[in-house]
This record gives sequence, C-alpha cells and structure tokens, in this order.
Amino acid sequence: MKTKFGVKEVVAIGIGAALFVALTQVQIPLGIPNTYLQPRAALLAFLAAVFGPVVGAAVGLIGHALGDIFFYGSAWWSWVFPEAIFGFILGVFAKKYSIKEGGFGKKEIIHFNVVQIIANAAAWILAAPVLDILIYKEPVNKVFLQGVAAWLGNVIIIAILGTLLAVGYSKVGAKSSSLTKED
Amino acid sequence: MARILTYEERDTWIHRLSGVTKLIFFLLWMLASMLSYDTRVLLTMVLGSLVIYKMSKIEWRQIGTVLKFILFFLVINLLAIFAFSPYEGVNIYGSRTDIVHLFGNYWLTKEQLFYEFNVLIKYVTIVPAVFTFIITTNPSEFAASLNRIGISYNVGYSVAIALRYIPDVQDDFLKIKHAQEARGIEMSGKASLLSRIKNTASIIFPLIFTSMDRIDVVGNAMELRGFGKHKKRTWYAGKTLKKADYIVITVSVIITVAALIITFHDGNRFYNPFA
Amino acid sequence: MTPIIEFKDYTFKYRSQVEPTLRDINLKIYPGEKVLIVGPSGSGKSTIVHCINGLVPFSFAGDITGTLRVKGEDPAKLGVFGMSKIAGTVLQDTNGQFIGLTVAEDIAFALENDMVPQEEMLDRVERVAEIVEVDRLLKNAPWELSGGQKQRVSMAGVMVDDVEILLFDEPLANLDPATGKRAIDLIDRISKERNATILIIEHRLEDALYRDVDRIIVVGEGRIVADLKPDEILAGNIFTEQGIREPLYIAALKHAGCRITEESRPQHIETMLLDSYKEQVKKWFQAAEYEKRKQSEESVLTVKDLYFSYIEGKQVLQHIHFDIHKGEMVSVVGKNGAGKSTLAGIICGFMKPTKGSILLNGEDIEGLSVKERGEKIGLVMQSPGQMISKPMIYDEVALGLAVRGVPEEEIKERVYHTLKICGLYPFRNWPISALSYGQKKRVTIASILVMNPEVIILDEPTAGQDYRHYTEIMEFLKEINERYGITIIMITHDMHLMLEYTDRAIVIADGHLIADDAPVNVLTDEMIADKAYLKKTSLYDLAVKCGIESPSEFAERFIHYERALREGEK
Repeated sequence: MKTKFGVKEVVAIGIGAALFVALTQVQIPLGIPNTYLQPRAALLAFLAAVFGPVVGAAVGLIGHALGDIFFYGSAWWSWVFPEAIFGFILGVFAKKYSIKEGGFGKKEIIHFNVVQIIANAAAWILAAPVLDILIYKEPVNKVFLQGVAAWLGNVIIIAILGTLLAVGYSKVGAKSSSLTKED
Repeated sequence: MARILTYEERDTWIHRLSGVTKLIFFLLWMLASMLSYDTRVLLTMVLGSLVIYKMSKIEWRQIGTVLKFILFFLVINLLAIFAFSPYEGVNIYGSRTDIVHLFGNYWLTKEQLFYEFNVLIKYVTIVPAVFTFIITTNPSEFAASLNRIGISYNVGYSVAIALRYIPDVQDDFLKIKHAQEARGIEMSGKASLLSRIKNTASIIFPLIFTSMDRIDVVGNAMELRGFGKHKKRTWYAGKTLKKADYIVITVSVIITVAALIITFHDGNRFYNPFA
Repeated sequence: MTPIIEFKDYTFKYRSQVEPTLRDINLKIYPGEKVLIVGPSGSGKSTIVHCINGLVPFSFAGDITGTLRVKGEDPAKLGVFGMSKIAGTVLQDTNGQFIGLTVAEDIAFALENDMVPQEEMLDRVERVAEIVEVDRLLKNAPWELSGGQKQRVSMAGVMVDDVEILLFDEPLANLDPATGKRAIDLIDRISKERNATILIIEHRLEDALYRDVDRIIVVGEGRIVADLKPDEILAGNIFTEQGIREPLYIAALKHAGCRITEESRPQHIETMLLDSYKEQVKKWFQAAEYEKRKQSEESVLTVKDLYFSYIEGKQVLQHIHFDIHKGEMVSVVGKNGAGKSTLAGIICGFMKPTKGSILLNGEDIEGLSVKERGEKIGLVMQSPGQMISKPMIYDEVALGLAVRGVPEEEIKERVYHTLKICGLYPFRNWPISALSYGQKKRVTIASILVMNPEVIILDEPTAGQDYRHYTEIMEFLKEINERYGITIIMITHDMHLMLEYTDRAIVIADGHLIADDAPVNVLTDEMIADKAYLKKTSLYDLAVKCGIESPSEFAERFIHYERALREGEK
C-alpha cells in the first residue's frame, strides 16, 4: 500500500474535517426518540474512498474530536478513535473503487458496501464498546447494544447516501465522449 | 450556529499561557480522568478544574447552552446504565447494600449509586478543562502547538485548515439549504425515511461537491506559496514558552503522576468505600 | 535589455485534453513592464499564468514543446516552490487563496514555509500590510473581510516574498465596480513603487484599463492574436473580433461612425482627444432613435417599509420599499455587503423581517412557508454548483416537482417543455457534468422555471463570465422574460448588465434604498454611483465631453442602438 502525503491530502483532511463538523448537526430522525441517522458518516466514507486511508483516518479523528468539542463541550474519545479506524479501513481499498477515475460501477458498489459493513463493525461493534469498557467501565450489555445500534445506523446511511455520493462524484469524472444530441 | 464554543480574547494568566502548555495540560488531564476511577482523585480533579475555570473568567453566556446539553446527555446516560445493568456497582465493589425495591428485578443499591456517581464525575472532570482550553486558546496558536509537541506540521496544518473553513462551510451549507428548501426540498417533515434521506442528499451533495473543487484551489494556493517546501516550518502565531508555562507543565505532570499512583497503587482502578 | 519572461514556440496540451490549449506562443516581457492579457474564457490566458508559476506541468500535467524562460530559469525544471521566489500569483478565488486563520497569518504564510524566524516575520508582515492598507485588519478573520480586502491580503501574501513578477488572474472577477477600480489603482501603485513586472489577466477590459498599461496582449484559441500598445489596439477592431467587450465609449464612437486613431489617445476617456469626433457623435445622437418600453402597471411584488437586523440595534436593512411590475426586468445593485442578498433571503422567507411586509399580487405572504413561496418566487444561486444535486439533467429539473408529489406523467411533460424553452432538450439524457458552465446555469434556471414561478430572483447571474457567456445567459433571460412574461429580479454589480438588460435599478447602500430609477439615470448620477460603489459609465463622460446636454439620454440611445444591433444579428 503506497500512500503519498502531499499538499492535496493536507487540504483534503482540513476541508473534509470542516465538512464533518458542519454536518454534525445534520441528523435524520429515525422516528424512534433520540435516534438519528448521521449523514456525516456517509461523508467520511466517501472521503476515505476517494482519498485513501490516511485522509480517511485523519478526517474521522479530527472531524469527530472537533465536532464533539465544539458542539458537545467534550470529546468522547472512545467514539473518536473508532471513527478513525473506520476511515482507515475503508480507505485501504480506495484504489479498488476507482471513484475519481469514473469507474464506480456495480462491482465497485458491492465492494464498497461490503468493506463499509465490515469497517463499521470493526469500529462500532468492536473498538467503541471495548474502549467504553476500558475507559469508562460502562456495563457490557449497554455498550454493545449501543455499538450495534450505531453500526446499523451507519451501515444504512452509508449504503444509501455514501453510495449515491460516490456514484454522483464518479460521474463527474467520467468521460463523456459517447454522448450525442437527441431531437 | 448557536451551540458552538469559540475562542474569545481576554487577558488572564491562563489566556497568556502558550497554547503548547494548555494542550499538554489538557491532554494529561484527559489521560488522568480517563484512566482513574478513584473517587478521591476524581473529586479533587473536579474541584481543581472548577478553580481553573473560575480563574479564566469565562462567562455563562459563552458556555450555557452547551453545558445544558451535556447535563442532559449525562442524565440520559446514567439512566441507561441503570436500565441495562442495575447491579454493575455491586459487581465492581463486591458487596450489595439495598436501599429500596423499585420494580421487578430492579433494586436500588448503594453500590450502584456510588458507581454511577463516579461515572458522572469522571465525565464532569474534563468538561471545565475542555471549556477553558477552547475558550482561552487562540485557534491560530493551536496548529503551532500541535507541531511543537511533536506532531507533523502537515497534520497540524490540517487542523488549522479545518478551523479556518468551518465557518465558511457552515455558511455555504445554510445558503444551499435555503435555496433547496425554496425548491421544496426539506430535511425534516413527515415523509418516509427513504425520501428524507434523499432530500438530505439534495442538500448536502452540492455542499460536498463544491468543497471537492475547493480542495484543488486551496491546495494550489498553498503550493504556490511554498507549503511543504522544507521539513520544518515556523509559525507566525506561535508563542514562546515563559516561566509560567514551565511551571504549569511541571505541575500538570506531577498531578497526573500522583493521580495515577493513588489510583493504581493497590492494583485496582476503583476506590472502594464499601470494603 | 533581456526579457524577464520569454516564450519561444511554446505549445502546451493538458493531459486530459485532445487539443493543445496554447499553441506556438512567442512572447517577450521585459523587466518593469505592466502587461494586460485579455481573451475570452477558454482562450488559454489563465494557462499562460500557470506556465509561468510552475503549476503547469506540476499540478496540471501535460505536454510542453518549445521553451519558456522566466528570469533565465525553466519553470518546468525549477518547480512550483522555486518559481514562488521569482513570481507571485494572486488567484481569482481570493477566498480560496486565503489560507491563514487571520490576515497576519495569511500574509506570513510563505515566510512560515520558508522557516523565517518569528521576529523577522512580524516585522515583514507589518511592512507589507501597510503597503496594501490592511495593517489595521491584521487580527481579522477572513469572514470579517470584504472581497476587496481579501484581495489586498492576497497581494500582500505574495509581495511579502519580494518577488519580481506579480501575476494577477482575473483580479476584478468578484469585486463591485468601485472596489475594482481601487484594485487596479493599487496594482498600478505597486508596479511603480516596486518596479515589479506585472501581468494582469482579465476580460473586463474597460475596468482593467482604468490605469495605464504598457501593452495589451490578446489571446484567442490558444494563440497570441495581438500584442500592441493600448492606443494602437483600441484603434482597431481586434477586441470585437475576439469576443471581448470594448470600452463603451469606444463602442459609442464607432457606432457614430468615427474612425478612431491612435493619435487621439483612446486609452482613457478622460484624456482622449475628441475634437475631431464631436460633430459626428452629436449627429448620431440626434439621429439615433429610442422608444420607452411599455410598462405594465400591475404590480407583482411589493415591499413595504421593510426593516431587518440580525442583532438588535444593528440594522442591516432599513425602510426598504419598492414595487415591481408584472413582466419587468429589474436589477438590485449596490456594493458588496450592502444587504442585497439579505433582501432576497427575506423575500424568499429564509429570514423574517423585523418590520414591514411583502405583498405578492397584492396579498401579504407573511404566512407562507419557504416551500410555498418557492412555488411563486424562484431563487437561482450564483454558482450552479450550489444547486445541482443530481447527476442527470432530467432528474435535476424534475426535482422540485417530484418532491411536491406531482404525478409522473405531468412531471415528464413539464420538464420536457421547460427543457425546450431552455434549449436543453437535445441534452435531456446527458449527465450534467458534460455541460459547459453556461449550460449548467441554464439547468439551474430550468429547475426553477419548471415550477412556473411568477418571479425569478437571480443572484449574480453573470459573475465571472466573459462577454460571450454573459450575452448568452442574458439573452436567454430576456427571452423568457419577454415571451413568457416572467418577472426577473437580478442582484448584480455588473454595470453592463444593469444598463443593457434591466428597465429599472433598485440601489441599496448601507442598508438604505437610495435610488429606484432607470439604470441610465443611476449610472450618470455621480452621487448615487459613489454612495453605492458603482461606477459612472464612460458614456456619460463621452457625452459631456462632446457637449451633449443630456448624458443619460445619450446612454439610453446607445443601449437602444446596441439592442437593435443584437436583434438584427439574430
């Protein structure tokens, strides 16, 4: 895995994190009290898939920490690090999705979604509850249930919104030589 | 955006400290509060952070709404812990002193109350520290501070760019949201979940795609002015460390070490008054 | 003297493109020269700048043939960093170029990257900030600055490095006319005081010529079409041939049948020798006809005694009142930050006025939601990117109907109809990404038009567009206005737009309505123009200098004449 780290990546992390923070307050109510889908998860998945693991991890880490601190007055580190883990895992396969090159087709969509389901599981069913137990010694059943709920929510929003984002952006880069005007 | 904490210029000794000092203090404080579950340590830290908070002369209007939100969240969390695991405290402290029977299988025990009290103050210790840090540290200095404590300036500058662009992005978001609402696309409302997601997409996609273009523009602008030329860079807004800084850093290290020794000297993170 | 910049048989092709963007460029620029490079969008004029600063080929990959030397160095070898010591670039997007969290940090950015010690930085930043007059804003954040101030900061940010060459990429693109004038003035001062070599890329010729330049280079389709002194080039017809708008006074003189000579010094209207043209101009003025457009008396939108403030006590808008008639095309003008966009926001219902009311067809719309208002008053944002959320044209235009639950059959019919009106029907199955900027703009207008609004508000419909695109967009708007009777309100600081296409201008300065009059009257009234940061049109000066008693009528006849010419072409 070769990752170059240049100016573009620095800016992608910075602006990506700014977007992540701005979207912190955008939540889609699920109909169950206090449960929301978080579009910012789809943003992170998209950025990681386009720019790779380093940008993915850094946007997750910086974006989540800053968002927590600015809006909630404190950083919940047990949920900040998993965000970075998620961004990293999803970003490892960035080349395979070939979003920028305009090749995000059916095969890539499936690949992207399989990876996101696994990466989300690693982050929210594994890392987050374990950290919650280690740091805050919260009850095991509570943190795992929370983890599964977060996993499910993120998987859904990324499957829909994340996929749409990647498809949309992929079309921007696609070649358009085969187009003809119609009457 | 109403509920956002921001830096405000003031002149107290805490404001005058270098960002590096405050960052080190903040990280150590966070570390100690995360590792320790010793009630005595945590209570001391709560008191300490309240003193610092008082000295930084932060006003209620700067933090009021955020604080209310945190308290709300904490209460929910405490109730959830009880609902899921009413005997967590009993397990931790190894004894059971019932106070009252609530319903079904739920008894309120002294151990559970004490455990949840600990959870509460564990969260509470870091809140004034975060407030103080955010409100007294000039964001310009923050990137420089990260670089100073050994983090690559690339990462430090990523954070600076994030801070620089948060207001811009929020402003763009609001504009786009308005324009799309006028077209009839709303995020809330009683539509089905799928169409709510779709409507959200219509609002955030233009924001994200225009930001992707912006990444190229900003990247070029930075390169044109030599970003990344050398292994190191200097910082216009960095502050040099003064005597007060060294004192604060030393004291923070001592406090942290002491807190950890007190916590772990008996091989257990918990202080057990029931034993 | 050896040239500081020299292109020899230089050709460049972007990797992503089939055809070269620059072809056989031969160009010499000497130290201390101030050169204006003009050309329509896509002519390759910005690429010339990127070749000099090294972004070509390092950020924009491609193939180069021929040679380029800048101060004896080859940018393709020296790289972006090396070139940044020789040539400073002020980009068109001054907000994107503003990298620091505060003015001082942004100016210091290049120094920080060069590891200049902090003490020295403080000093150098202070000095250069004084030159561009931002020394009192050093602690300000970018969102507290106006466009003009940001541009000054950008200038300081490249000048802090003591570069010998300064490159300005469309410095006037996002500025109101008066601020643009100040920018050109500042560039002139810097060129004189520092003896720097200056290249200005611009398509707003008349504004860019506000101060002397040594040479004008015209670029068309990747080639250099002309390289002459301003007076020489203005005497010819190269600009019109290349789709660049001539200064209005030159156009007027030509319409009057005058043969402009180099000797009459046509670079500035203030100093131009007009004696030999006076009679001809007067004769043309008397012969040119004009008719007042018939106005409907029925008002569609009425704003009554409107007040607005974000924070109590700080009024953003005060006592705003106007009446817009059915089928009118109206411009809302004033300097950046005067409250124009806020006014549009209030009309659309994004914010609530603190006092006053808005009537649509005589009925108060206070109770209507944003969505309900959107069906009657459509808003088109400045950049198409801010509105487009679907990959396909059809879906984007259909969006507003789809979310309102309109049956699919009807959606299809209305979308197709709208696409036909907008000339987009042949592209209906294309992805939006394959369209040009102007076409994308049409898509966003179509997506509003499809809801059959009575009024459309457009925010800066032509910002950053060259003459051809400007004309294309405006003629299209005029057509939907005339043919379908849709009332159009445009927020703009483009003086040409307001003069040529609108019946009336509503002028806002510092939150007050200071004029509501025909554009010609506004642009020939020095006091209003000054207060609102507009620029008096050069037609006024021409008329006065030729001894014409009613300059505003002169301007009006000119506009009418040009309109007739355009219609003749169609």
